[in-house]
Amino acid sequence: MRRLYWERTIPVLLIFPSLAAIAIFVYGFIGFTGFVSLTNWNKLFPDFSLAGLHNYRTLLANPRFQIDMRNMVVFTALFLISCLAIGFLLAVLLDQHIRGEGLFRTIYLYPMALSFIVTGIAWRWLLNPGSREMGSTGVNLLFEHLGLDFLKTGWYTDPKIGIKAVVIAAVWQMSGYVMAMYLAGLRGIPDELREAARVDGASEWQILWHVILPLLRPITLGAVIVLGHIALKIYDLVVAMTGPGVGFSCDVPAYFMWDTTFQSNRFAQGASIATILLVMVSILIVPYLAYSLRREVEV
Amino acid sequence: MRAIPYRGLRLRWSRLFIYAILILFAAFYLMPVYVLVVTGMKSFAEVSLYHMWDLPKGIHFDSFKKAWLGGFGFEGISRNFFNSVYVTVPATIISAMLGSINGYVLSKWKFRGSDVVFTLLLFGMFIPYQSILIPLVQVLYKMGLYGTIPGLIFVHVVYGIPICTLIFRNYYATVPTELIEAAKIDGATIFGIYRHVLFPLSMPGFVVVMIWQFTSIWNDFLFAVTVAHNPNIQPLTVGLNNLAGSYIVEWNVQMAGALMAAMPTLLVYIFLGRYFMRGLLAGSLKG
Repeated sequence: MRRLYWERTIPVLLIFPSLAAIAIFVYGFIGFTGFVSLTNWNKLFPDFSLAGLHNYRTLLANPRFQIDMRNMVVFTALFLISCLAIGFLLAVLLDQHIRGEGLFRTIYLYPMALSFIVTGIAWRWLLNPGSREMGSTGVNLLFEHLGLDFLKTGWYTDPKIGIKAVVIAAVWQMSGYVMAMYLAGLRGIPDELREAARVDGASEWQILWHVILPLLRPITLGAVIVLGHIALKIYDLVVAMTGPGVGFSCDVPAYFMWDTTFQSNRFAQGASIATILLVMVSILIVPYLAYSLRREVEV
Repeated sequence: MRAIPYRGLRLRWSRLFIYAILILFAAFYLMPVYVLVVTGMKSFAEVSLYHMWDLPKGIHFDSFKKAWLGGFGFEGISRNFFNSVYVTVPATIISAMLGSINGYVLSKWKFRGSDVVFTLLLFGMFIPYQSILIPLVQVLYKMGLYGTIPGLIFVHVVYGIPICTLIFRNYYATVPTELIEAAKIDGATIFGIYRHVLFPLSMPGFVVVMIWQFTSIWNDFLFAVTVAHNPNIQPLTVGLNNLAGSYIVEWNVQMAGALMAAMPTLLVYIFLGRYFMRGLLAGSLKG
C-alpha cells in the first residue's frame, strides 16, 4: 500500500516545478496581459483602472493596425503556399534517385540554422534596389548582369510590394524544412502501394495525386501548423530587414505591439494587440492540440 | 531492411531538367551566403554596393576584425558573442535536464490527467511571446532578474519546458515499457529506474534537445531585446541588429558580423545535421 502511494505521488512531485512554472508564466501571464488590455495603463507607471474595451476600439480604428492585419494575412498566405509548393517540389525531385542528394538536402536546409536577424541583414542588402542615379544593387544588379532587367523592382522600398519582399526571405529560410518533412514522408510510404496502383494502370501523375498526396496529409497539416504560427508571430525578420517600411507597408502586429509597449509605454494598448495576436494563433493551434490529445487517448 | 530496393515515384521528366531545377534552387539558397562571404573578405577599398557580386581581389579579414572589435563610434560584437555563450550554455543544459525528467514522468509514470497536462504544456510552445512580455518584465524586475544574464537564462529555461518535454516524451515512448516493469519487479524505485535503465539510453535524446535549445536560444531576439536593455549584457542577435542599424557601420562590416554570428549554429548544423533534423521533425509534434 505504501509503495503504491509513493508510486502515485513522486511522479507528480517530480514534474510539479515545471507545471507550476508553465501555469504561472504561460497561463497566468496570458490572463494578466488580457487584464491589462482592459485598463487605462497607457503611460509608464501602472494604472489598473478599468477602461472596458476602449483599447480594442482605438486599435481597430487605427489605420496602422488595419494595415498590419492585412499584411499579416498576406504574409501568412503567401508564405504558407510558397513553402508548401517549393518544399513538395524539391522533396519529389530529390526522391528521384539523385546523385549528391545529401549535398542538395544540406544546402536546402541550412538556412533553418540561422537566426532571423542574420537572414534579415543578408536579404536587406540583397533586395536593396539601389537608385536610378547611382545604379542597381543586390538582386536587381544580378538581374542586369543576366539580362533580366524586366525583373527589376523596388522590392521592400516599393509600398506596393512591402511585406511580400519579406516573404521571399522567410521562404528562403523555412522552405527547406517543408522539403525535409515531405521527403521523410515520401520515404515512409511503402513501395507496395505505388506498385499496386501501377498494376491497376494508374499513371505516375495519378499516383502522385490520388495515392501520395492523401497519404501525406498529416505532414501537410503539421507543416501548416508550424509555419502558420511562425508567420502570425513574425517579428525579428521585419526588425532586421525592413522595419515598418514606407507607409507601414512592411509592418506586422507583432512589431506594432513591441513598439507600442516598450517604445511608447502604452502598455494597455500593447496588451490589446498581444491579445488579438494570441487569439489568432489559438484559432490555429487549439483545434490541432485537441485533435492530437484525442488521438493520444484513443491509442 | 527492405527486400527490394526503394523505387519511389518515378517522374518521367528528363534527368537534365530535374538536375537543372535542383541546381537552380541550390543557387537560390546559397546566394545570401555567397554575398556574406565575398563581401566580408573584401578590403575596404574594393567594397562597393555596385560590385557586390564580384569576387574579392584577395582575402582580407579587416571587416571581420572591425565587426568583432568595433571601430570609431561603435562597439564590436565580441562582448555580445560571449554574452550569448553565457546565456545559451547554462540554459541549454538546464532545459535538457528538466525535459528529461518531465518526459520520463509523462511517458512512463502516467497519472490520471497526465495527457491533458501534457497538452496544456504544449500550448506554451506555440503562443506568441508578445502575450506574456508585459507581466514577464514586471515579474523579472521584482525578482531582481530584469536586465541580467541569469534573468535571460531563467526565461529561456521556462519557455523551453514544452519543447524539451515533448522531445523527451516522444523519445522515451520508444523505450519498451517491459524494461520499466521488470525493474519495478526487481524493487527499483522511480529514481533507480531513471538512473540505471533510462538515463543510460538517453544520450540521443539529450543530443537532439540540446541542439534544438542551443539553436533557438542562440538565435532568439525577442526575449533578448526585451529583457536585456543594458548594452553590457546584450546577446549577439541584439548586438548584431544594433550593428546593422547603425549608419556609421559599413555594410561589409555588417555582413562580416552576420557571418560570425551565424557560425556556431551553422557548425552545429553541418556536423550534427542528423540530430538537428530529428529535433526539427519533433517540433511538428508527431514527427
